[in-house]
Parts: sequence; structure tokens; C-alpha cells
Amino acid sequence: MASLALRNLLHDKVRLAVTLVGIVFALVLIVVQLGLFLGFTTVTSAVIDHSGADLWVTAVGMQNLDVGVPFHERKLYQVRADSAVARSEKYIVQFATWKRPDGLQESVEVVGFEPRDGMGGPWNLIEGDLAVLLEPDTVIIDEFYKSKLGVRALGEVVEINGRRARVAGFTRGIRSFTTSPHAFTSFKNALTYTGLAEDQTVFVLVKAAPGADVVALQQRLRDSVADVDVFTTAEFSKKTQDYWLYTTGAGVTVLIAAAMGLIVGLVVVAQTIYATTMDHIREFGTLKAMGASNGYIYRVILEQAGISAVLGYLMAMAISIPVVRASQNGSALILLPPELAASIFVLAVVMCTTASVVSIRKVTSIDPAMVFKG
Amino acid sequence: MDAAISVRGLEKVYESGAAAARALDGVDLDVARGKVTLLVGPSGSGKTTLVSIMGCILRPTAGSVRVMGREVAGLGESELPRVRLEHIGFVFQGFNLFPTLSAEENVALALDLKGIRGSAARRRSRDLLEQVGLSDKLRSFPADLSGGQKQRVAIARALAGDPEIILADEPTASLDSHTGRAVLDMMRSLAHDRGRAVVIVTHDSRALEYADRLVRIEDGKIKEQTQ
Repeated sequence: MASLALRNLLHDKVRLAVTLVGIVFALVLIVVQLGLFLGFTTVTSAVIDHSGADLWVTAVGMQNLDVGVPFHERKLYQVRADSAVARSEKYIVQFATWKRPDGLQESVEVVGFEPRDGMGGPWNLIEGDLAVLLEPDTVIIDEFYKSKLGVRALGEVVEINGRRARVAGFTRGIRSFTTSPHAFTSFKNALTYTGLAEDQTVFVLVKAAPGADVVALQQRLRDSVADVDVFTTAEFSKKTQDYWLYTTGAGVTVLIAAAMGLIVGLVVVAQTIYATTMDHIREFGTLKAMGASNGYIYRVILEQAGISAVLGYLMAMAISIPVVRASQNGSALILLPPELAASIFVLAVVMCTTASVVSIRKVTSIDPAMVFKG
Repeated sequence: MDAAISVRGLEKVYESGAAAARALDGVDLDVARGKVTLLVGPSGSGKTTLVSIMGCILRPTAGSVRVMGREVAGLGESELPRVRLEHIGFVFQGFNLFPTLSAEENVALALDLKGIRGSAARRRSRDLLEQVGLSDKLRSFPADLSGGQKQRVAIARALAGDPEIILADEPTASLDSHTGRAVLDMMRSLAHDRGRAVVIVTHDSRALEYADRLVRIEDGKIKEQTQ
């Protein structure tokens, strides 16, 4: 026998449709907002997370990757003096102006690293290779930004801050949180493009020796190298994410929109589940008169909520997944990892269950004597 | 004494703010097994209140109610459903069938409450519907049944838990004369052939000839009891 809950839901298909639209609307809104949040978070710190470094040495008071303060390269040699340091390299991230072949100008973020070492370099290279960056005036950009940067193929020549630059490679999937795409180049080239003095650097990336205690090394470098901050990669990644997401308000805005989705969903679902319950209130009274316990009736209402949640979730995913896929080719990246998808399912169940509370309170107060009123 | 239900000194007062209405005033009554007891009286006389209290749906203000020998007047809200489930089957004036369930499923729902599910529930539901002459309407929904058929489904449902007591509130009020008689025949058969204690609240004069015992209530008091 199909459950009473399922039959009650299917009995009024229009009401079921309204319930599902409410749930789907709420869940899609939450998926998109949380997916955007996750996309923002991932993109803001992607260069740090893919750097391969264990520690980042920065000028004192640095709050993120993108707005750096240069310091003297002698700090690099002080870092290298520690026996637990396997490798360490200078590293630049600086905004610059990109002049397209057609003369239009765009902003880019020049990322200068040591190509022989590879730390902090690009990943997911689909054309060209890192060794090309040893040649003068070469850069690697992401294929996603070809159109924005006015580039169609390898070998095209542009200008960065008035200096010649030749596109020598393309990556896939390296997105920028700011409107400025990354232009990876050698540290030497980056000095030229950014106008930084030869004895300056913005970061020092450190790779600890195998088996070395990274936290202990971090503490020693803090003690031995003056006027710098030393972060683990995870710390600097988190710091950068927090800076962009919370100090700019972008993250808060996205989270508020997600919360609004949850509230709207809760209200719509509560209203429709309540209306469904009221439609069947006499039947719940009959159930009570027949000897059903409150627990039995709660189960019927919660089952209605659960079925609504599962159907709503499946429909929301059917809409969200194509939206997420489409975002891979759009300006705002939306991520939907399995953990988020699973969390959304739990959220859907919690939302529908919470929405049932009003109905449960109503049914609890039914006087079973109502069944005798013709 | 073979009473399925026994009430003594029963009082029920409905209070609404400062106003109070006495619905039952010192009622003593025994409902015997194997008999049809008819409760009659004018509207507002207290019939439905009495049957609600005997059915453990309402609690009395004062007095004693024994159902199958157990005192239930002092039981809490959480214990009364169990008494209803174990001992009492209800038949309502408005049938109170579940419109989203078929005839068979309506009966099976009552079995579900007692923890009987699956093929055992299906078998028992079909048996019960066959007993009330509806073996060809198992899959029919209430909307597709006539008034008499609905009431017969309701009777099958009331019998699902195999209760000793059947309480029927105006079971013929929504039925035509012929169908009403068929339902009353069924009620009498439940009492005489199967030993159930059957209580019928009614205004229907046709029911009088089916009564083994007639109880007339007025102003919350039993005015007359005749065999």
C-alpha cells in the first residue's frame, strides 16, 4: 500500500507543484549562492593553493596575495640559511596594464616565478611549456581570457606596462577573482613588467626539506628574518580568502542571499505543508479517534515533508547541475562539489522537516471529538 | 455482569470562560456484549458527549467509566488512544473515509495502526470487505462509492482491529431508507452473531426495531431505559 503521506501529497497535484516549486526555488538559490561562494573562495586563493610551497614570506602586515609590498631580496638569503629549507625562490604578484594587439587596454595580474623551479607557476598547461618562460618577454595566460585579452593563438604579441610580451602558452581553468586575469611569466620578466628594482621581491616561497617540521621552520624564520611575516600555505590561503570575501563584502552578500533562499524556501514550504495538513485535518482527527498515537500522525506529516524534500532536491539538482556546468564558461564560477550536493540534501530535509513543525503543532491540538460533528 | 462498558455517576461540564454547560448529569449505564443499545434523544441532549466518553475520546468531569473491565476515566491523553485501538471501533455519520485511499487501503490503515501490515493486512482487509459485501470494490476510492457502500467500508474498517465494542454515531443519517436498513441489519448481526457490544446514537426511528435496549437521554440525564 502506498503510504498515506504519499497519497495525501499526490491527491492535490497543484498544491504539490506549488510545494515543489517553493523547495526547488529555495534550493537552486542556495546552490547557486553557496556555489558562487565556494567558487570565489577557491579562485581567490588558487595561485597560493597550487603553488607547491610550504611557506610564504611576505612584508609585514600583508593581508592577501594580490596587493603586495616589495622587500629586499636579502631576506631570501636569510631564509636559505636555514638547513630545513630545501628550496626558496623570489615571487612577484603585481597588477599591470595589458595592451591588446587591437590597442584596447585591460588590467592583468603579473605572476613572476622561477620557471626552473616551478613553485608558484601555472598549472593545467594545455599549450606551450614552462621552459618557454625562460625566454625573454614570454607569458602564459588562461584560455578562458583569450577574448578579454585580445589573443587568439600562441605567438601573438601584446604589451604589458609598455613592454613587449609574447603569449607562449595557455592554461585551462585558472580563473581570477578580480577582473584582472593572471599573466604568468619568469621572475626576471616580471621585474621588467612591474618596474620593480632587481634586488626587490614581493614574496619568498619556501619548500621545506623532506621530513622537516614546517611549523618549527616557520617559527625559526619568524625569529631569524626581520620585518617579515611567515605564513604556511594554508594560513596565507585562508587569509587571502577572508580578505576578499569578508572585507570587500562580497562573501557576506553571497551568504545573505543564500540565507534569504533558505528563509523563502522555509516559508513557502511551511505554508504549503500546513495547507495540505489543513486539507486533511478531519482525516487526522479520524486517525486519532481510531487510536493512532501522536507519534503515528507526526510520522505521516514528516513523511510528507521527507517526500517533498527528496522530490524537490532531485528537481533542484536537475536545474542546478546545468547551471553549474554553464558557469565554467562564464565570468562567475559556481562550484558544486559532492560534499556541497550532499549538504544541500541534508538542508532540504531539515528545511522541510522544520516547515512541518507548524503543521505538527496544529495536529497535536486536534480534538478527536471533531469526528462526531457530522 | 457482562458489560463491555459501564459508566457510573458520569458528569461532563463544558466550560467556556465564565459560562459552564452541563452536558451529562449523573449518568449510569451498562452496555452489554451481544446486544444493540440505541441512544436516542433530542439534539443537545448529551448523546454524542456520552458516546464520546464511552469511546475514550472525551474525558468526563466526574464519574467512573470502565471499558472491558478497566477504569479509564483517570487515564491520561497518551493512554486513551491505546484503549480505543484495542477495544473500540467507530462508525461515523459522515463515514470519515480517507479519500486518497482505496476501500481496501482504508481498511488496511486501521490494521496498520495495530502493526498488521503487508500481505496479512491485505488478506484481512479483503476478508472484511467481503463480509460487508464489497469484494468487488476493493480498488474503488470513496468518491466512486455510494453512501451505503461507504458506510459498509467504514464498518469493515471499524471491525479491522477486531474490537469488542462498536460505537456508531448516526450511521444511517446520510443514507436512504433501503441502504439504512441494510446497515442496521449489519449492526445487529455484529451484535447477535458475533457478540459485539454495539451502541448506536440515532435520530432515525427506523432504528428502533433493531434495538435490544433503548436508552432515552434528555438534558444530560437518562430519562428512560427499555429492553
